[in-house]
Amino acid sequence: MPIRWRDYKIRGLYDELIRSAGRSRDVARPLCKYLSSLNDAELQDRKAAAELAIRVMGITFTVYSEEGGSIDRAWPFDIIPRIIPKEEWDRIEAGLRQRVQALNLFIDDLYHDQRIVQDKVLPAEILAKSKNFRAQCVGVNPPLGIWAHICGSDLVRDKDGTVYVLEDNLRVPSGVSYMLENRQIMKRVFPELFEHSNILPVDDYPSQLYDCLASLSPRPMERPEVVVLTPGIYNSAYFEHAYLAQQMGAELVEGSDLTVGDDDCVYMRTVEGLSRVDVIYRRIDDLFLDPEAFLPGSAIGVPGLLRAWKLGNVALANAPGAGVADDKVVYAFVPEVIKYYLDQDPIVPNVPTYLCMERKERDYVLANLDKLVVKPANESGGYGMLIGPQASRAERNRFARQIRKDPRNYIAQPLLTLSTAPTVVDLHAEPRHLDLRPFILSGRGMYVTTGGLTRVALRKGSTVVNSSQGGGSKDTWVMDVEGA
Amino acid sequence: MLSRVAQQTYWMARYVERAENTARIINVNTHLLLDMPHKATPGWEPLIEITGSEALFHRIYPEVTERNVVRFLIGDETNPGSILSSIAKARENARTIRDIIPREAWEQLNALHLITKSGLQAGLSQRRRHEYLRDIIMGVQQITGLLAGTMTHDHGYDFLRMGRNLERADMTTRIIDVRSADLLPMESGSLGPFETIQWMSVLKSLTAYQMYRREVQGPVRRRAVLAFLFQSRQFPRALYHCLREAESCLQHLPRNDTPLRTLAHLQRTVNEAQVNKLEQQDLHRFIDDLELGLADLDRQIATTYFDLATTAETPAVAAQPNA
Repeated sequence: MPIRWRDYKIRGLYDELIRSAGRSRDVARPLCKYLSSLNDAELQDRKAAAELAIRVMGITFTVYSEEGGSIDRAWPFDIIPRIIPKEEWDRIEAGLRQRVQALNLFIDDLYHDQRIVQDKVLPAEILAKSKNFRAQCVGVNPPLGIWAHICGSDLVRDKDGTVYVLEDNLRVPSGVSYMLENRQIMKRVFPELFEHSNILPVDDYPSQLYDCLASLSPRPMERPEVVVLTPGIYNSAYFEHAYLAQQMGAELVEGSDLTVGDDDCVYMRTVEGLSRVDVIYRRIDDLFLDPEAFLPGSAIGVPGLLRAWKLGNVALANAPGAGVADDKVVYAFVPEVIKYYLDQDPIVPNVPTYLCMERKERDYVLANLDKLVVKPANESGGYGMLIGPQASRAERNRFARQIRKDPRNYIAQPLLTLSTAPTVVDLHAEPRHLDLRPFILSGRGMYVTTGGLTRVALRKGSTVVNSSQGGGSKDTWVMDVEGA
Repeated sequence: MLSRVAQQTYWMARYVERAENTARIINVNTHLLLDMPHKATPGWEPLIEITGSEALFHRIYPEVTERNVVRFLIGDETNPGSILSSIAKARENARTIRDIIPREAWEQLNALHLITKSGLQAGLSQRRRHEYLRDIIMGVQQITGLLAGTMTHDHGYDFLRMGRNLERADMTTRIIDVRSADLLPMESGSLGPFETIQWMSVLKSLTAYQMYRREVQGPVRRRAVLAFLFQSRQFPRALYHCLREAESCLQHLPRNDTPLRTLAHLQRTVNEAQVNKLEQQDLHRFIDDLELGLADLDRQIATTYFDLATTAETPAVAAQPNA
């Protein structure tokens, strides 16, 4: 039985494509019509074609298994795209530019005068207990004053249609390669859809990334040596590291390929001998970057790298220490940060957030654990969270104890009813929750991806979209309705 | 180019070439045995010898049967030289250098890995083996072609071509060594039909039969076969040709003095050998010397170009010859 939009149920939430039973949103009308014109065999064919493309293209992600090894899995992908009208996207994009601009001013301030703390906009305690504040970076002046060159902010939509920023990833955000690959798959599987609609392209990201990185080079030259630094093939994002290096025409290096010379410059070991490196897009966490400056036991980093960076002999993106703003407690202050540095109101709002370090807010959180989502300040990948309404009493009690013990480490947010989009399940369409991760580049100029990576919770009812926890993804179309 | 990447490119090429060669010798042996009288059959032992894996084989399998040898050479994951292991290692190496090889070649290698794995049962069954092995051979040829036609012929390509040709040279010497061992010592004038068949099989193991006919324009005789396989300048699997290819790669590379000197010596040895006068014992010694020379060359390439990468740590995917 082909997809029948009349049977697609939307109850008390916002669906990205369907307005109400049998009625699609304007921007999605041609797509929905097209999908319901496919019979079961055709739909099955398209699904199989997408799976084949994924396998042949070798699009994988790595999961760490219980046995301690890691396995490569095919990328879980749904063939129904998510669509955002261009008009709406323009506003979101403006909001993201505003946000990242403010965050960069904020980080630079924290490593210099800390005006925002002195002016008592950010409580000193938050900075004092920040896990991602790197004392080693105080006083450093990275090129152009920018610290977070690549930012991946997660956006979600609540039941009333409002789009919120859920968090900012300023350390080594990943996923952009999947955004690019998703589009490739869709073009292979549904060429006819691209022929007749005005879907904005995404594939200039690698050249934008290269330009952004090249603009940081300490040596003024036409093609500075830009490299991507990876922990190696066993890292869960290795696919992406290789992909981006390849797309930019940059070398993909591991720590052992690099060395810091007596002149405090960074070199890579090549068949011709040592060769100078100008910009490193590092995909290794701060603490593993340089065993001399951070964790002495780390074998994946480059001894002396921080020294070379501080002297301005090499650029690091993102700059070490940029993660100080990638903290869920700091996140709660971003609206104030935007006001403080830019004197503007945030264009895209934060999700309402309760800080457990504030007595009143903590009391509210502890009294309402069954209604809230509680998150530790510095975890990623959906680990260590409490989803109150779905948790057992014992779990809630355990979290209550943890919050009392270390209130600074926890925030809580109301459980949003994440928006859904139709997803193919057994040859019909069912609603599945999703989020969106756009990527924002800051170098000499700024650039925001067209849309971003849409992640889908493939399990019915689930709102956890991380691929490490059973999530998948969809292609994201920003469409110009006017021009269609 | 990065030393580590050069090393992984070189080994990726060696591994895919090794898989193709192994597929070819299994295919040829299958056909050869069909033509041989039951008593005179050399059986499957020679294939174990050619791949230099006698000790490992006998540790795993109780006896040399067709089934065991084929399983060992095609799909045994404990055999580092099996087709499956070779393709898997080539893929792992390719994975770490995906930024430098063209995307289509990576996709093809990835697809070949899937075919090798999913078709394993077919490969083990006598009836469908030929088709399976042919798919692997064609798969490798496609990768080789894609790389030749779409990859910039830069240093990376030099390492790739060098790896492929040294692996080929190595396999050619091994095949001649083992395949000629059981044959009649010298041409005796009154040739049994089976000797011709066996020399044909030597040629066919290297897919050289048709090209031999074209270049030599004569019957299949020991002396002419050896001259062709060692000294042909044009046949891509002839030893001399492989060495010339490797030489042209090395000439593009920096700091090439030491490996080039060894290579020149090897080329002279091959070129000046009077293969028509080599008795079986001498032939065997001659091949031994060549094998040592090839191993020496491989070591020099590693010290000159790769060791810079391995001083700090061994690379994630260690590259090891299987002999």
